[in-house]
Amino acid sequence: MSFSLDRTDEVVLVTVNGQLVVANRQEFKQAILDAMEQGVRLVIIDFSGSPYIDSSGLGALVSLSRRLRDAGGDLRLVGLNDDLRSLFELTRLDQLFPVFATKGDALADR
Amino acid sequence: MEQVRSWTLNADLQSIGPVVDEIVTLCRGAGFSARHCQLNVPVAVTEAIANAMLRGNQSEAFRQVGVVAMIGVCELVVDVSDEGDGFDLTRIDQSPNDADWLEREQGRGVFLMRSLMDRVENTGAETLGGHRLRLTLHRA
Repeated sequence: MSFSLDRTDEVVLVTVNGQLVVANRQEFKQAILDAMEQGVRLVIIDFSGSPYIDSSGLGALVSLSRRLRDAGGDLRLVGLNDDLRSLFELTRLDQLFPVFATKGDALADR
Repeated sequence: MEQVRSWTLNADLQSIGPVVDEIVTLCRGAGFSARHCQLNVPVAVTEAIANAMLRGNQSEAFRQVGVVAMIGVCELVVDVSDEGDGFDLTRIDQSPNDADWLEREQGRGVFLMRSLMDRVENTGAETLGGHRLRLTLHRA
């Protein structure tokens, strides 16, 4: 899995390529925590290049979401394929994360 | 015709992905659905192997994890064995109804395995002398 961060002021767009799983979730989480340390408050994660997420990956997202909300920010998801949507519905985490169709939609809702 | 593949892994979490990829490839070849191959199998098998490394073997480098995948025309069976003391699967009750479900970082793996597989069971000791978990998924 690889990911890239594209930051503009308080917003960072994270593009994930590959599965977010136990083997890489710490590196992923730390990169976003580092961005938060630098003032980022809105994190938009694009999963259009990600086939699946395991419980560790979901846990990392939950933890990041909580920290962002505590700091007055938000974590939003875009680009979920049907399988990922099912995963979030199955775990009811769709109730926690705002899900948008496009990055533009996620950015516009501010 | 059933295909059987086996792997022995150490505590390296990076070794999980290639095993999962091979099992998914075998499932595709056996005619399992796209949903099974893209979600159910990779997520549940990742959970089982990670659980064996992190919980079963307590991340001890000298302990190994064994994985045996049996892919037939009707079902996939994956046995994941560790060298630890094991745990009682029946006593692990993870549910989205838990009060802290939407806030906690850990504690969804067993729920995912149970939700994505048709059967998840402890099947006792295996050749490595530890604990063995069996995942079964019927081809839809």
